[in-house]
Amino acid sequence: MKLYLKYISIHIRSMMEYKKSFFLTLIGQFFVSFHAFLGMYFMFQRFNQVKGFTYKECLFCFSIVLMAFSLAEIFFRAFDRFHIIIGNGQFDRMLVRPRGLVFQVLASQFELTRFGRLLQAIVLFVYVLITGDISWSMLRIITVILMIVGGIVVFSGIFMLYAGLCFFTLEGLEFLNIITDGAREYGKYPVSVYGRFVLKFSTYIVPFALFQYYPFLYIIGKNTNSFYCILPLVGTLFLVPCYIVWRIGVRKYVSTGS
Amino acid sequence: MKYQEKIDLNVVFPITKYITFFKIRFLTGLQYRSAALAGVVTQFAWGFLELLMFQAFYESGSGVFPMGMEQLAAYVWLQQAFLSLYMIWYWEGDIFNSIRNGDVAYELCRPISIYTMWFTKCMGSRISKAVLRCVPILFLACFLPYPFGLKVNIGKVEIIFFILSMTLALLVSVAFSMVIYMLTFFTTNQQGLQIVAASLAEFFGGAVIPIPFFPEKLQKVLNLLPFASMQNIPFRIFSGNIRGVFLYESVAMQITWVVILLLLGKYLEKKALQKICVLGG
Repeated sequence: MKLYLKYISIHIRSMMEYKKSFFLTLIGQFFVSFHAFLGMYFMFQRFNQVKGFTYKECLFCFSIVLMAFSLAEIFFRAFDRFHIIIGNGQFDRMLVRPRGLVFQVLASQFELTRFGRLLQAIVLFVYVLITGDISWSMLRIITVILMIVGGIVVFSGIFMLYAGLCFFTLEGLEFLNIITDGAREYGKYPVSVYGRFVLKFSTYIVPFALFQYYPFLYIIGKNTNSFYCILPLVGTLFLVPCYIVWRIGVRKYVSTGS
Repeated sequence: MKYQEKIDLNVVFPITKYITFFKIRFLTGLQYRSAALAGVVTQFAWGFLELLMFQAFYESGSGVFPMGMEQLAAYVWLQQAFLSLYMIWYWEGDIFNSIRNGDVAYELCRPISIYTMWFTKCMGSRISKAVLRCVPILFLACFLPYPFGLKVNIGKVEIIFFILSMTLALLVSVAFSMVIYMLTFFTTNQQGLQIVAASLAEFFGGAVIPIPFFPEKLQKVLNLLPFASMQNIPFRIFSGNIRGVFLYESVAMQITWVVILLLLGKYLEKKALQKICVLGG
């Protein structure tokens, strides 16, 4: 852990060498996710509600997904450029060092610029807290925390799966963006909006609904089954198959020779 | 006046060299077939989720619908199929690099216009990407059940206008990016410029939600901006959302923006080359 903090401080210091560029990127990141919010705002101005969910409720959902995604991205997105790490031989160097591989990959990158997105998520979240009409209880507060943690775990699982698959393809896999960036973009509305197929898919295959939809229903009071609160924890099991793919990949790894 | 003579020289020499640049880019783009396949899958999924989302709003049905579901389906599928033609967030990495690392000096030694060369390069890579991706997406979209399918609901005249408008939209998009490329000559930090330009163009161009879904007052302003002259107009012509007098007005708007952006880009090129100072390298 101490070593990880040291890595992070190095990354931050190297970024601070280019302060102007850093802040512009930060602002840019903020703007890009601001689109999604504005788009939502205009839609609700016209239509008031979607499948029984109000604007504030969807906004709440959006802020949770965005927060989980941006946190996962800040710490775990290094997996996302794993095809580069394999391609330029950086991974060979990692193999000979006396530290865990996952640790080294994670420490190789720390995306501070993604704070722009996180900032947006926090602003939206606070806005909903102040103006929304969710009646808070201890269990609901715990549920929110579980939703965020569950979300971070699921997103990091996908990033890891992506890296694991890179062992076999040696190049980036654009289609996995459907479940990372896609989930961020479309996760602004409760999953059920997209119909039964998408709901089933995101319950049993890639468990978005477990941290986004079901606990969300409990928090806004649409469902009183308190079993829904612990579903985000069930969702974290998704990490297991992802880690297995990664392990298989590491075992089969043959250097690209460059 | 001196500058005028330079252009005349270009007229004397045939434009074949620019066609070559176009061809090189076009053929390079065609090489990335597996990337294109992945792109098709991604685009298809995104289009579908987009439509499902809009349908949920339609079913909840409490507002006024500015576009029918069928029109919207046509809009979304065209958007997914031709994404690479009009995406503003896609920048040619080597253009930025050449400006930053000084390679641009070599390009300047050649008897060609930098603007025209980059312009044709951009066109080439965009068109080749789109050619690979659009066919499978459009083909699949035609066979989707009602109301998600892609249907041709417009007459012959509109089709001709649609093709004309597609071309103009590509010219507007590339000319807009060219202005940004030229502006990088004046700053050492292009990243912020890039992100701001791209995010404005995306949102106000109707990439997040189509322009008819914006509040009406805002729409009036947006229609005058260059961003609305990109993907917005051709897709709405095809879906039957733009017709009658508005059709002619929209295409006229596109032509105006092509001219303005081309002139602006050319002007910036001239300014940039006057004061250019290549930093070692």
